[in-house]
Amino acid sequence: MSSHRGPSTFILSVLCFGFAFLYVPILVMMAYSFNDSALATVWGGFSTRWYSALLNNEQIINAALLSLKIAAVSATFATILGTLAGLALTRMRRFRGRFLFTGLIAAPLVMPEVITGLSLLLLFVSLQQLIGWPVSRGATTITIAHITFAMAYIAVIVQARLASMDESLEEAAMDLGGRPMQVTFDITLPLIAPSMISGWLLAFTLSLDDLVIASFTSGAGASTLPMVIFSKIKLGVTPDINALATIIIGTLSLGILIASWIILRSQRKTSAQRQSG
Amino acid sequence: MSQANHSIPLGDKLWRWLVISLPYWWLAIFFLAPFAIVFKISFADPVVAQPPFSNFFDFSPGAESWLLATLDNYRFITEDNLYWISYFKSLKIATISTVLCLLLGYPMAYGIAKCQPGTRNILLMLVILPFWTSFLLRVYAWIVMLGKTGAINSLLLKMGLITTPIEMLYTDGAVYLGIVYTYIPFMVLPLYSVLEKMDTNLQDAAADLGARRWQVFFNIILPLSMPGVIAGSMLVFIPALGEFVIPSLLGGIDSLMIGRTLYDEFFINRDWPLASAVATVLLFIIVVPIMLLQSSQKERS
Repeated sequence: MSSHRGPSTFILSVLCFGFAFLYVPILVMMAYSFNDSALATVWGGFSTRWYSALLNNEQIINAALLSLKIAAVSATFATILGTLAGLALTRMRRFRGRFLFTGLIAAPLVMPEVITGLSLLLLFVSLQQLIGWPVSRGATTITIAHITFAMAYIAVIVQARLASMDESLEEAAMDLGGRPMQVTFDITLPLIAPSMISGWLLAFTLSLDDLVIASFTSGAGASTLPMVIFSKIKLGVTPDINALATIIIGTLSLGILIASWIILRSQRKTSAQRQSG
Repeated sequence: MSQANHSIPLGDKLWRWLVISLPYWWLAIFFLAPFAIVFKISFADPVVAQPPFSNFFDFSPGAESWLLATLDNYRFITEDNLYWISYFKSLKIATISTVLCLLLGYPMAYGIAKCQPGTRNILLMLVILPFWTSFLLRVYAWIVMLGKTGAINSLLLKMGLITTPIEMLYTDGAVYLGIVYTYIPFMVLPLYSVLEKMDTNLQDAAADLGARRWQVFFNIILPLSMPGVIAGSMLVFIPALGEFVIPSLLGGIDSLMIGRTLYDEFFINRDWPLASAVATVLLFIIVVPIMLLQSSQKERS
């Protein structure tokens, strides 16, 4: 919408309010993480003591390592499965059950987490009764749960990219005798790589952040970082969580910004090459 | 390579089979099948055992009937006020939050769409960025803001505007705030995508013919952006309906949203069959908005 009239004063003030609403609470929390006083009401001077307290908190460190491991593994599998799903929906001609398949891809995106979590737990319990697997619930069952809901997000991202992409390169490769699998690996996948990377990142952050589904599918032994955080903040403000939140949100935002900059640059490069060649 | 016999090579068939079946079966086993199990267990009896629900079939010789199913859980849900209140309150909170999101999100999306392309991308990134960072920690940020000794109360006290802290945390108001804050990107993005693609010729024509700005908005822009309004509203409404984290962190004891009731039923009361029945009813409630969302997306594409 490139109208000659710019946004009105009303629209501009709503925009300012909206962005302030989105960012002020995070910035305030970040500021408090450097507050020497444990009370939010008093400013006790600049300090990094909550950060060093965090490094000595074994429970949080262990939970963070577990969460990072689950996030990395589930994001990788979700990217593989999600990309296959995207390919199936855009590059495979009609197949039986396509309608159900489309629904199965869309549903996890809007399904309330309590339902997904409860149903997966009951599946794991029933499977254990039937075939003896999984023996216990923990990292593996959480990973399976995270793969399931993250692959739907990746399928949507990859599908959108594939649908908007020119198929002539793939068709040319097929005409020259390339086998479908070869064409996928040599032509299609390199072209959709940026979408796969952003999909992987999204799956990683979704897994790292998930509380509800992990709570349902975890067993006695395994506590992920969100589960530890939730049990602490249920009781109110704790200064070391401010520090932890600052680290997590800061790192993720920086990572996302760098990644999107790289993806944008590579896309510009390919479109420039296409225009010049 | 010769394709004289016109039959598809085995390798190609296998590849096609792999691409379709692998994700299909994964979702069928880990997403679709679990619902059937929830549905089944919602007819079971809670028992003190591992797992805590009764068997569905009893083939032992002395059994009265081989099928053991009970409607007790559903009867209990309809008879106990707690569940009516929870479902009703979830619907109310989700509806009001969706309207609030729309009121804030529409002008934001409209404003972003009106900006120069360079600014537009930066603003869009700023809307999307929070969605990529931790949802749990962003909800926590509001505990820091709203608490009795939180940022807002200490600021107001220092300025002398109030003498005693205002109760803001652990109220329904905090729940609305948390939901709007969390789900606003889901409202802005679909709205932006319809507003950005909208042809301005109609608006210009209406303006040339003497229509006022608000007339142009209500007669042209708003009706044309309806697919975005519906998609955004459903993307906020559906997850808000089953929300658990926000009411349990920001809401008071009486913030009985259904997601929280289900969670408590499961983890605190350990009544798995009843939790399954609550989930089944919730699933039936969200089917309608999901179908609305699907049809609005078909319209958009």
